[in-house]
This record gives sequence, C-alpha cells and structure tokens, in this order.
Amino acid sequence: MTTETMPSAGAPTSSRPAPAWRHQHILDLDNFGRDEIEAVLDTADSMREILDRRIARVPALRGRTVVNLFYEPSTRTRASFELAGKALGADVISLTAAMSSVQKGESLIDTVRTLRAMRADVIVMRHSSAGAAYLAAEHTDASIINAGDGAHAHPTQALLDLYTMRQHFGDLAGKRVVMVGDISHSRVARSDMWGLTALGARVVVCGPPTLLPRGLRASERPAHAESALPPVTVETDIERAIEGAHIVMALRLQSERQQGGLLPSVGEYARRYQVTAQRLARAHPDHILMHPGPKNEGVEIAADVATGDRSIIEEQVTNGVAVRMALLYLLAGYAPGDVDGGSR
Amino acid sequence: MPEQPGVAAEPHALLLDEAAVRRAVNRLAHEVVEANGGTEGLVLVGIRRRGATLAERLANAIATFEGTRPDCGALDVTLHRDDFAQRGLRSAPLPSDLPRIDGRSVVLVDDVLYTGRTVRAALDALNDFGRPNVVRLAVLVDRGHRELPIRADMVGKNIPTSPGDDVRVLLEEVDGRDAVLVVSRGGVQ
Repeated sequence: MTTETMPSAGAPTSSRPAPAWRHQHILDLDNFGRDEIEAVLDTADSMREILDRRIARVPALRGRTVVNLFYEPSTRTRASFELAGKALGADVISLTAAMSSVQKGESLIDTVRTLRAMRADVIVMRHSSAGAAYLAAEHTDASIINAGDGAHAHPTQALLDLYTMRQHFGDLAGKRVVMVGDISHSRVARSDMWGLTALGARVVVCGPPTLLPRGLRASERPAHAESALPPVTVETDIERAIEGAHIVMALRLQSERQQGGLLPSVGEYARRYQVTAQRLARAHPDHILMHPGPKNEGVEIAADVATGDRSIIEEQVTNGVAVRMALLYLLAGYAPGDVDGGSR
Repeated sequence: MPEQPGVAAEPHALLLDEAAVRRAVNRLAHEVVEANGGTEGLVLVGIRRRGATLAERLANAIATFEGTRPDCGALDVTLHRDDFAQRGLRSAPLPSDLPRIDGRSVVLVDDVLYTGRTVRAALDALNDFGRPNVVRLAVLVDRGHRELPIRADMVGKNIPTSPGDDVRVLLEEVDGRDAVLVVSRGGVQ
C-alpha cells in the first residue's frame, strides 16, 4: 500500500470528504435521509460539469456493467441511464421485455439471476408491478435501481426533480411544492413526496378525489401503523392549491392506468385541473413549472405554459443524466459491510 | 469534519516552514515563466484541491513581477483515477473549472508528486477539455517513489522520503498555515 492512497490531508486526492452513503440498491426514497439526498445532489453537480465538457466521458466506472431491464415502455429514463453509464465509462446494455426471454416465460427472478451471472453490476429495472424491484433486490447481490415499479415508486425521477428544484431555489426548506393531477397512479408523485418531505418542503397534492390515493389525508391515516405515505396537504381545488406555490408540477393523466369510471371525461378533467397561465398567475412570482413527462399538452398542462418561460421541463431531462451518473457512481462505491438501507 | 489535520498528535518533522514555502512558490513562479518564455498563452491548471490553491498563488506571484496574471483553472481528477475499484468512495468529486486550453501552454500544478498516478489521471482528464500545445508539470514537493514514467518540469523542493512516510503540504487558504511536514507511519492514523 502506498501512502498516497491514504485519505490524509496531504494526499493530493483529497477534494472533499466522502459522501454519506449506505445503499446497495435504490428502491425508493422513503429510506433516504436529508444527508443522503444531498450527497446525491452534490455528486450530480460534478457530473453536470462533465456533461458540459467537449468529451463528456470519464473512466470512473470502466469495467463495470449496467443493464437496463425494462418491462414497460420508456424513452427518457432508459436513454438517460444509457447516457449516464456511458459517460462514466461503464458498459451498458438495454433489454426490453418484448425482445427477451420474458416472452418465453422466464421469471423476473431468473432473469435477474441470469444477468448477474453475466457479471452485471447494476440492474436498472422498470416493471408494471409495484414491488418488482424489491423482489429482484432480494434475489441478487447486484445493485438494483428502481426505474419505476407500477404506481409505487420512481426514485431516480424524484432525485432529478429535487436536483432541478435545488438549482433554482437552493434550500427547499419551507418551499411550497404543488403536484397537480393523477396522484394515485403516479409513482413520481410518491417518490417526490418522500424526497421533498426529507428536505423540508411543504408538499401539496391536488387532483380530483377519485385520483387521490387513500391514506393521504390525516383523517384516513391509521393511528399507529407506519404510514405508507409522508404527511402532505391535500387540496381538490386547483386555484387554492397553486396559491403562492414556488414549484408547480403537473402530472400526466395516465390513460393506460385508468380502469374507467374515475373521471367523467378527459375534457372535464382538463377544464377543472389543467395547469394554465391563468391558474399559474396565483403562484409565487418566482415559481417554476415542472412535468416528469411524457406530457399530454392540452390535458394536464396547457401547451403555452409547457413551453413558456417558467417551464423547466427540458432542464429536468438534462439533469436526469447527471443525477443518474451520480447514482451509478455512488452505488459503484458502495462497499459490502456498509449498513444497507436499500432493502427493507 | 475539520480540515486542519491533527498533526500535533502525530510524530512529524517540519520540512519547510512558512518562509521556505513562500520562497519555493516564488522560485516556481519564475521557473514557470522562464520555461514558457513569458506569460503568452500560459494557463495554470491546479489539481484539486491544494494544487488549485497553489496555481492561484503562482498566478498572483507571476502578476507581481510580470504585470499580467495568467489564466487559472482547477481540475478534479477523482473520476479519472485508476484506483476507484480499490478505494471506493473516499472523496466526493468536485466540478472542474477550466479556461480554454486549446493551443495554449498548460502548466499542471500539484502540491506533492509521489507515485505519479494523480498526474496521469490529470493528463487524461485534461484531454477531455481540449488540446494544449504543451503541458508541463510544476510541483511544490517531489518526494520520489514514482510508479509511472512521469517527472516534474519544475520542482519547488526535492525531499527524499521513505515509502512509509506521509508528506503533507499545508496551505494557509485550506489549512490555516503554510508548512510542509513529514509524518512517519505508525503515527495516529
């Protein structure tokens, strides 16, 4: 061993202390503390700088393999994980369920084990069933990143949302964040609630009563059971919800997840809950408008505000690559023996 | 975490005091200008973090005797190191901040030159920002024991050490005082 590798004050490698990190997997943000979220966001700052270089590629993860395993369609999440892995020098392969042995009946657990046997270090997984990523994490020692499991969680989207919000507002403590739309089918909203709560933001969710998950209102909470959702304010009136908001996030009306009967019509929904310029006039003067995409312009968000000067939707996409680089980097540095808060 | 190392608790020897560090920096500044034949096209790129601090000091010194201050930059090499698999998350990467380097004379600046692996990582990282005409290396301390074919063009002080020693450069801006110490292995670690 050489002394240059010691983390001493004089070693030329000491840039700043190692980040707080204790996760082997990233399944949701409900087990992330403020320090861990900030470790991700700080690391993402450095990754942003790399993406702005002429040659946006560093060798930090050379020799590591990242597998995207997508059982549901995705454009931006999958592409951004591919770009993130490649920018760090990892080998990245992407599998979609339609082209894999899933069509031949291979189980999720078999697939994950097979990928691990091929030396996959990180498996990025999207699945239509809530808990799929948790199941995978129990059956492999590869790192699992949940890239969306049913309507349950989408932690990497939430982290890029938090990163983008922090870019604009710095500290999020006390900021009013309003999520409007189909809350009950939104895995993004759930993970955002956890992350925003950990950073001290005031979270308001707004939507028609049929699209709000049960258990959100204080009165619906079981007295002692550990709650499945963090404390938020529930508002069914969009005007009241947006009042004074620093951040307004419109959520996609998920037509593929509507079993019918929840809404009278899409037109009726748009009339009552679309984020419009007129409604945004009630928000804080410095407000920003976000949307996790893909968006239905004219349904949950008006076309003019989606591309207006308050919209930072494209920044979210660019930041998504940096945040996913940060996560891949931090997971690669996870050492067995650390306390794992990833699986529960 | 306090940045000031608890050197008082460890057996150490003072190699350079404040005045000696100042003289070494000044001598380096003159050598940098001399090697470049002036300040034309000169860019000082410090390796984070004490190398970056030293690069700023060199630029200030050059400004006093040349009248023009060369451009400075800071390079973080955390993501370019070859020992991530062994070391894991020992330090967090910081953003690099470089001026244009295409076609210019880059002087890489670091506090201690030892195995050469940090410099190799820095040369690799520099490639991603552009193509300098020439890259030179200036270090405050060369302590020997290279593991790669790398040498410094300008050295503030050559200090023979044994591989078990830990050479620490302390700088006012980072550590509250200027000094170069050698801490023997077996001290508090």
